[in-house]
Amino acid sequence: MAGRRTLFAAPVLLAVTFGVFAVAAMSPFDPVKAYAGAAGLTASQADLDQLRANLDVDQPLVARWWEWLTSALTGDLGTSSVMRQPVGDVIAERVGWSALLALCAFALAVLVGTALGVLAARRQGGPLDRAVSALAYTLEAAPAFWLGLLAIWFFSVRLGVLPSGGLTDASDDVVTPGQVASHLVLPALVLGISQLPWFFLYVRQGVAEALDEDPVRGARARGIAERRILIGHALRSGVLPMLTLIGSRVPELITGALLVETVFSWPGIAAATVQAATSVDFPLLAALTVSATAAVLAGNLLSDLLYGLADPRVGFDG
Amino acid sequence: MTARTARGVAATTLAATLIAGAAACSAPSGGGEAGRAADTAVVGIATEPETLSPLLGYGKDGNSKIFDGLLTHDADMKLRPALAEALPEVSADGRTYTYRLRQGVKFSDGQPFGAKDVVFTYRTILDAKTNNASKTELDAIQGVEARGDDTVVFTLKYPYAPFAERTVLPIAPEHIAGRQDVNSGDFTTRPVGTGPYVLTNWSKGEKIGFKANPAYWGGEPAVKKFTMVVIKDDDVRATRLRSGELDGAILPPALAKALGGKGGGKDTARTLHAAKTFDYRNVTLPSAHEVTGDPAVRRALDLAVDRTTMVDKLLEGAGKPAYGPVPTDSPWFTAGTERAYDLDRAKRILDEAGWRTGDDGIRVKDGIRASFPLWYTSGDKIRQDHALAFASDAKKAGIEVKTEAGTWEVIEPRMKTDAVLAGGGSPADPDFDQYLLLNSALAGDGFNNMARYDNKTVDQALLDGRKSGDPAARKAAYDTVQRELLANPGYVFLTHIDHLYVVDDKWDGLTTQVEPHDHGLGSGPWWNIESWKPKRK
Repeated sequence: MAGRRTLFAAPVLLAVTFGVFAVAAMSPFDPVKAYAGAAGLTASQADLDQLRANLDVDQPLVARWWEWLTSALTGDLGTSSVMRQPVGDVIAERVGWSALLALCAFALAVLVGTALGVLAARRQGGPLDRAVSALAYTLEAAPAFWLGLLAIWFFSVRLGVLPSGGLTDASDDVVTPGQVASHLVLPALVLGISQLPWFFLYVRQGVAEALDEDPVRGARARGIAERRILIGHALRSGVLPMLTLIGSRVPELITGALLVETVFSWPGIAAATVQAATSVDFPLLAALTVSATAAVLAGNLLSDLLYGLADPRVGFDG
Repeated sequence: MTARTARGVAATTLAATLIAGAAACSAPSGGGEAGRAADTAVVGIATEPETLSPLLGYGKDGNSKIFDGLLTHDADMKLRPALAEALPEVSADGRTYTYRLRQGVKFSDGQPFGAKDVVFTYRTILDAKTNNASKTELDAIQGVEARGDDTVVFTLKYPYAPFAERTVLPIAPEHIAGRQDVNSGDFTTRPVGTGPYVLTNWSKGEKIGFKANPAYWGGEPAVKKFTMVVIKDDDVRATRLRSGELDGAILPPALAKALGGKGGGKDTARTLHAAKTFDYRNVTLPSAHEVTGDPAVRRALDLAVDRTTMVDKLLEGAGKPAYGPVPTDSPWFTAGTERAYDLDRAKRILDEAGWRTGDDGIRVKDGIRASFPLWYTSGDKIRQDHALAFASDAKKAGIEVKTEAGTWEVIEPRMKTDAVLAGGGSPADPDFDQYLLLNSALAGDGFNNMARYDNKTVDQALLDGRKSGDPAARKAAYDTVQRELLANPGYVFLTHIDHLYVVDDKWDGLTTQVEPHDHGLGSGPWWNIESWKPKRK
């Protein structure tokens, strides 16, 4: 299945890149104005025209896309106009920090979400279930941005225990693991918590249903230890819907990271994506969109594979 | 809850606490950063430059920290020599500027600075292949040449009195920047210059780090480490200032007032610095529109706006009423062109011009309703407030102003007929701003002269002002412009806005310069951070 799906991904990615160029070409944003910034407000029309020619943005859509594609296939991703540096450099400098943030947040959301979900399902309607469920519904509605500000206010301003932004202390130039770890806590916590409700609610539902099924009742009747029932049976089938969720949360994680990276001045790829989009920075935008699409496709593939592993009834070629 | 699950919950909670705790422990300086050395400064800024290469426009107005220009500005915006030994010699016809260069200056990589670097910098910027959007500012240059290694001569296409003001732009090293792609090379993010500070780290979207240049020709700065942290959101910036992570920051009026005074409790004492500016907000009155093009309507609107209330209410007092591009406290301001809020006179002017009040309170003349749209850029709160205040003042005189928000992409195609809440201002020389704003030859050229203002007297005065080398003649020319703007306004100028900064009281010698509309990295009390002295050793 994996091989076939990977083959299928190629035309999808191709279509997505063309879509990016087409949508960007139709957008009202002018790449020349974006490049010039404030200086463009006082530049003469002649100089703006020269800039337009230099930036090569007047070519027809298909020609520009083809040129980007052919050089991208040879490994040259072009030059980002908004960052004034090669696209490869822009991505290389940032993608690691975004991946670190996303992975930590994801791990937090999956682990804590599952644990709480199982505990809540175990005693549905109990105090823990009611408290956590109410909290989960509230968090589902709370924007990550707002959570971020709240976290900064509480941990940085009131308690003064965690730094509120950046990759390292503002006055430090050297990136050390210790520094990064402490600066990672709040953004990862906020991003993780904003994803947590989905995992919690799915697991809670799944495990609760599984606990209600006949085999579980039978097992209980036979006096099998509660822990074995919970983990061996209920969790296993309750976790199934969550596995599909893991893959499908990838896009949400990307958009969530966008806001969280902004609030915490995290030097990741998300902030660059926004800038690339509003500046109609074709090379950077195309490269980032391809990466994001690839991540989403990989996420879906992963969730299908996991589903197959968790439930042998699901065939890999189904 | 069974005992087992209770233990489970306890274990989970403990694990979570441990993870958070371990992380917190590994951050000894997290939060307060109270132990920061006295020779380290960290400030919060709202925007960062796209590039640090002067060849692409960085630091063109001076004050670039990593670089020096031939000249620089002092606290009063007077020109002072920097990489030049003295102010330039100007030929009698005003078309040749000769600079003698300071000797013994080295770039921070140890290579000597010389005339070839100056020539390289200017020629590269003027090169058509260089994507420098500010090159229009150097339009006057015909050629630049080195005479020996210590003299540079500029020849101009026409006499241009403010030219010396343009030579504050930073000089790049030819031996580095000349060997790479000027538009995307390493130099755009890892610049090397002759300035008081050396770039140590630029993490885009996060911060820019500098360390003092020990070999700086002006002497090594006392503040050894300087970091600018990029924080777009005003509230986050204020919060991080309050938590002690920042020593200073730029803030909007309400937040600046809240943080400016002596803080209580563990807060460090902070001072609010209000920088005077040339940064104006105005309303364009397009000549092509049948309502805003009527001179009577223009004069009435100019009198019907309550500028003092705008300053008090919208800017919380941090600003001044504006009657033209030149602020009232500038030596270039023409005394007597202030106009008081006079609603009665505004109404009289409209009555006399034949604008009769209609049934709905809006005036009508020859079947034309006194109504026009006013655009402001969405998301800009200060512009929005100004637009709404302007509309409400105009309503009192019987003129309907329909405010609408949009991005520049939406606004630009409509600028010919629709009014826009615009901004601008450049303190270095009156020519820089006014020539572009008011010259009829530049009507509708890009964003220049957005109102398509057309006044022959003003056109002539602008030409006189840029060509004459005589300060008295220049003053007379700009007096003419301001008087014409009183008699026949093409724009309603509303306010000049102070830029507000809050800085910890840890250093001596903090001042501000008069600032332009644009917030470069050189603005703010840290414009001369190389001269700050720590109070405690």
